[in-house]
Amino acid sequence: MSEIHAQTVRFVRETMLPPAVPPRSEAGAVRWLRENLFSGPVNIALTILGLALLYVVLQAVVPWLMHSVWNAKSLGECREIVAQTWGPDASGACWAMIRERWPQYLFGFYPQELYWRPTLAFLLMFVALAPVLFSGLPRGLLWFSAVYPMLAFWLLWGGAVWWWVVVALGFVLAYAAFRLAVQRSSTIIAGAAALAVLVGWSLFAIDPLAALIQRVLPASIAPVSSDRFGGFLLSITIGITAIAGSLPLGILLALGRRSDMPLVKMLSVAFIEFIRGVPLITVLFVASLLLQYFLPPRTQFDIILRVIIMATIFAAAYIAEVIRGGLAALPRGQYEAADSLGMDYWQAQRLIIMPQALKISIPGIVSSFIGLFKDTTLVAFVGLNDPLKGITQVVRADMNWKGIYWEPYVFVGAIFFLICFGMSRYSMYLERRLKRDNR
Amino acid sequence: MSEATQRKIDRSQMRVSDEIAIQITGMNKWYGNFHVLRDIDLTVHKGERIVVCGPSGSGKSTLIRCINRLEEHQSGKIEVDGTELTSDLKNIDKVRSEVGMVFQHFNLFPHLTILENCTLAPIWVRKVPKKEAEETAMHFLRKVKIPEQAQKYPGQLSGGQQQRVAIARSLCMKPRIMLFDEPTSALDPEMIKEVLDTMIELAEEGMTMICVTHEMGFAQAVANRVVFMDQGQVVEQNEPREFFNNPQSDRTRLFLSQILGH
Ligand SMILES: Nc1ncnc2c1ncn2[C@@H]1O[C@H](COP(=O)(O)OP(=O)(O)OP(=O)(O)O)[C@@H](O)[C@H]1O
Ligand SMILES: [Mg+2]
Repeated sequence: MSEIHAQTVRFVRETMLPPAVPPRSEAGAVRWLRENLFSGPVNIALTILGLALLYVVLQAVVPWLMHSVWNAKSLGECREIVAQTWGPDASGACWAMIRERWPQYLFGFYPQELYWRPTLAFLLMFVALAPVLFSGLPRGLLWFSAVYPMLAFWLLWGGAVWWWVVVALGFVLAYAAFRLAVQRSSTIIAGAAALAVLVGWSLFAIDPLAALIQRVLPASIAPVSSDRFGGFLLSITIGITAIAGSLPLGILLALGRRSDMPLVKMLSVAFIEFIRGVPLITVLFVASLLLQYFLPPRTQFDIILRVIIMATIFAAAYIAEVIRGGLAALPRGQYEAADSLGMDYWQAQRLIIMPQALKISIPGIVSSFIGLFKDTTLVAFVGLNDPLKGITQVVRADMNWKGIYWEPYVFVGAIFFLICFGMSRYSMYLERRLKRDNR
Repeated sequence: MSEATQRKIDRSQMRVSDEIAIQITGMNKWYGNFHVLRDIDLTVHKGERIVVCGPSGSGKSTLIRCINRLEEHQSGKIEVDGTELTSDLKNIDKVRSEVGMVFQHFNLFPHLTILENCTLAPIWVRKVPKKEAEETAMHFLRKVKIPEQAQKYPGQLSGGQQQRVAIARSLCMKPRIMLFDEPTSALDPEMIKEVLDTMIELAEEGMTMICVTHEMGFAQAVANRVVFMDQGQVVEQNEPREFFNNPQSDRTRLFLSQILGH
């Protein structure tokens, strides 16, 4: 009785309680250690095992790094210096090789007096990327981003500037054709028209037109042929171009795979599955050997360009699948809302669907990019001088550095790590920013 | 259900004209082998406010989604403002830009601000200059009483506010007909009123509306006709007073007794 009464008695709070500080829990390093490393017998055993492993690794690596030699003319000299300073049994890293050969790791056999050209292209790349990557910058800078590819290729390969100007003109014409056609007919037809203009332009117009202008108004810089490219110059050229190309191609493939049109869908699926089922090296061999058979004789089809195309296609297949996942995650209501507002397919994709699907797919896309960038080292197998295998072989072929083993890999690995880590951090930044934008 | 009726409704602008807005004749639709809509005949005049009701699964959503071709019908004829809906994309786009639609789950674009949600379609579909589109958008946002939220993202708004934005977004396309598919049924009770009020205001301005809803108070106060559907067919249609007080068919009576709770 009384209990019930106690529960039903009227109660009115007249003074509100002040907010209180949450209870302070036991803090400090000791507590953290006890909770995380020594909380039970298994945990204690694992902690000790981990520490032991760490010790073994550090015990080998730390002295090796501590004994580094930076000034020497050859591996033999390195070893002598280590033996003299640290005793006959000591081992030490011989960074002297990097000190001597780093230009080759960066530029391959690019003519020394022209190093400024790739360097300039590399620096300008950041100017071109900035407005794409960071939203706070003035949109006008995007014009430079659009022109940049042509400018960069011109700087890298040299030759007449007109050739690239005419290439750029082709894109302008294709865009004009697109705009013109899209007002009269559907986006698909406009896209086809633009593509036709591009193909026609590159087959019939670029070379003669560029040659003509060059004769009237010569403007060229020293050409550099593709076999002079190597090292990180090669990796970055292939990597960045393929990354830039594979995203749009991947988007188209993902859309194709979800298309209502059976033929488009079938082709997209076949393409994606075929490429994903084949190792990249196979694709690269196709680029270096087989393509020659299919192309008309006497066509000069640059090996780096071929490799770029293949790497682009390869990465696009993976990116298409990543984006398809993002597309599948979008509720149907988004498509319906876009439809009900009268947007056509491409408008809905561009304005509503893709911004959201890409956002969901960022981690996957960046993973693909990182994978692609590291895979550029595989071009060693088609005879290009990638930094990891190609240049290292060149260095080892020198009597002075014969037998050097770890240092080139550590050096090249570290640079790859920096670049890939940077991409990964950027993707995290982007995720955070987009989340903040529309939580 | 009484919420909507508390307000005095200004009927001066609510005029049903002779002009036909939507004409559906002998329309059938199947999902695979499932016959969802059977021989639908429905004529909607300009200025009509039609409430569609019926049990779950009776095909109400499907019917109004056919009107702007979110669903395709297999036989019969649908004409909206004189444009027949066929597989011709031009006609579909024309109809869609004249017919606004409000969904149960709002379907706002989460990656765009409220203002951008409202200006996107006018800018890209109607090719309105950005500045003008923004002015229109602010006008309609004021009308649904949330101009101060213009710079926020949909995720930051309450359900009722989101639904009002969805209505404003449709209005920005200056539609002549508005379709509502259970606009209040995903909302908490205290938010239903604000959305219904917005819809009532629209009706007062003479908008042609077809509204699937279970808000019978709204139906009584605003509708000039109630359409009752069951098993893919229009079972009964009548003006609201008759419909509620003197239902003709057994199914209608059963439905009303269930929904009115006695
Ligand atoms: N895409 C679809 N594929 C197959 N069947 C469907 C599809 N959409 C709806 N249906 C079926 O069609 C019937 C009518 O659906 P509809 O959504 O029009 O009903 P409703 O009257 O709006 O119901 P509710 O009040 O629950 O919204 C239902 O039986 C449903 O299961
Ligand atoms: Mg429904």
